Amino acid sequence: MATESRKPPEGPPAVELKNVRKVFDSETVALDGVSLAVREGEFFSLLGPSGCGKTTLLRILGGFEVPDAGEVRIAGQDMKDVPPFHRPVNTVFQNYALFPHMNVFDNVAFGLRMKRLPEAQVRRRVEAMLELVQIADLARRRPHELSGGQKQRVALARALVNEPKVLLLDEPLGALDLKLRKELQIELMRLQMELKITFVYVTHDQEEALVMSDRMAVMRDGRIEQIGLPEELYERPRTPFVARFLGTSNLIEGRALEPHAIETPLGPLRVVAELTPGRDYLLSIRPEKLRLSRAPSGGPNEVRARVRDIVYTGAENQYILSAGELELIAYTLNADISEPGYEEYDYGEEVFVRLPPENLVVVGG
Amino acid sequence: MRLLLRIHTLLVLLFLYLPIAVIVVLSFNQSRFGVQWRGFTTAWYEKLFNNPRIALYAENTLVVAVVSTLIATVLGTLLAVGLYRYRFRGKGLLRFLLYVPVVIPDIVMGVALLLFFAWVREATGFFRLSLFTIILGHVTFQLAYVALVVKSRLASLDPALEEAAADLGAGGFATFRYVTLPLIWPGVLAGALLAFSLSLDDFVITFFTAGPGSTTLPLYIFGSVKRGVTPEIHALSSILIAASMAGVLLGRALLRRR
Repeated sequence: MATESRKPPEGPPAVELKNVRKVFDSETVALDGVSLAVREGEFFSLLGPSGCGKTTLLRILGGFEVPDAGEVRIAGQDMKDVPPFHRPVNTVFQNYALFPHMNVFDNVAFGLRMKRLPEAQVRRRVEAMLELVQIADLARRRPHELSGGQKQRVALARALVNEPKVLLLDEPLGALDLKLRKELQIELMRLQMELKITFVYVTHDQEEALVMSDRMAVMRDGRIEQIGLPEELYERPRTPFVARFLGTSNLIEGRALEPHAIETPLGPLRVVAELTPGRDYLLSIRPEKLRLSRAPSGGPNEVRARVRDIVYTGAENQYILSAGELELIAYTLNADISEPGYEEYDYGEEVFVRLPPENLVVVGG
Repeated sequence: MRLLLRIHTLLVLLFLYLPIAVIVVLSFNQSRFGVQWRGFTTAWYEKLFNNPRIALYAENTLVVAVVSTLIATVLGTLLAVGLYRYRFRGKGLLRFLLYVPVVIPDIVMGVALLLFFAWVREATGFFRLSLFTIILGHVTFQLAYVALVVKSRLASLDPALEEAAADLGAGGFATFRYVTLPLIWPGVLAGALLAFSLSLDDFVITFFTAGPGSTTLPLYIFGSVKRGVTPEIHALSSILIAASMAGVLLGRALLRRR
């Protein structure tokens, strides 16, 4: 799944948080002891629902909020009492925050001019950056004359031209339509690989995070639920929240009978994980991991179910199945009908559902 | 219903502007006394412009208006920006105090200033009543107006803009100079023009804070009226009205600009 270039780079942490705590108005806990390390050159995403603390975390990195406790290091340097304008980071703001009284060129040149670089050098670097994000022809436009996607590119150029150690992005694609989002996702990944700048990317869009990140953290109520590679979080969620927030999941409760067998409403199931007999567990299995068939396949963990609803999404068929009192969701790829083994099922049809033990993940207990 | 509304509007406008119109019309009347129309003349304006005393009073008025407006605009703008940018203890109280000079009766303010200046003079020997004390008096109410106008302009500003400037390496002053000020500039100008108009035609506070030799046009008009209204006064009043209205209209036009 991970290509060579997506491998997490090794090296000293670009960003390091230790037990960071932030309370607003002495009651709302925005961050409740967050620790994490982002490696240099990494594309790191913070994913979570609104109010989970991901934006507060980003604002603490930018210096716009001061943590009540804990330690923040960027590029090895303690950020305590370092104001935003002295930090080796730049931010792409949620609604771009372009300066409305300046044209695109002056917006992008702002950071370099604040560093008092010679104007010739400013010009050269701004022009190169505009070229890189493909808006060289818009240099003389004012922000209100730009489309959403163009503004996004200006915001990106304005931050990247300063060659920050870390680029902070606060839901940068949130205001764009789906097609443009997909385009800019690819563009962002290209830029990040080309410039080798560490990205810390805040989003509530799980697909975006899965597609773009080297590593990601799922946040909830000011804490990190799980942190790891996208495929790790997707395939091996450690909590029911992660299982449900990242994609869709079938959650099944049960009580362990033996170290590798558990009694569930679907009947006894075999699992790979080591269980403690007598204890209750919550299992999760992704809809695309369920195997449907008309005849029993003879494999382990096969149960009977009835097709209650079918949702056709183009690329796949989503079956809503009743298995006893449980409802299961199964996705099957919409392959060629002539392909061997391909089957489609009808409303009300009785099918066999197999839950491969290696895909049954323990998410709670 | 529509007709009634139109008549109502017309009556309100007449009520508001008829007295002003009468003064302006009379300033062009040939008759020296009374309100009878004897034909058109600009003689009163000529006489006015050739009166050296009035020239001095006009100069006093302008000096007070320009200096007090400059002081009030700088202080009022900084006050508004401070209230916008920082969180601090007593911010709510300060915001409330800002409204007090706007709603407090001028006469109370005038008397208070008079007493205050007398008290300070007693203690230090400074603050003899003069143009300087008038300027201080005007700043006290102008400051609040400027701050309120600039504050409303700031309220329409995206707070992320100042953060973006800081993020790009601009310290507090650079952020103000290159981002905040250019964006609120129309509001600052509008506030200044409003302050200028207020100073130009202020009577009450000027009356209490003026000393010998610091007569302004509104004080002169008041003094002359006691000796009987002359067409010269009408002409002077008309000029003051025109100047104030020009200031207000210009300010409004600026505020409407993006």
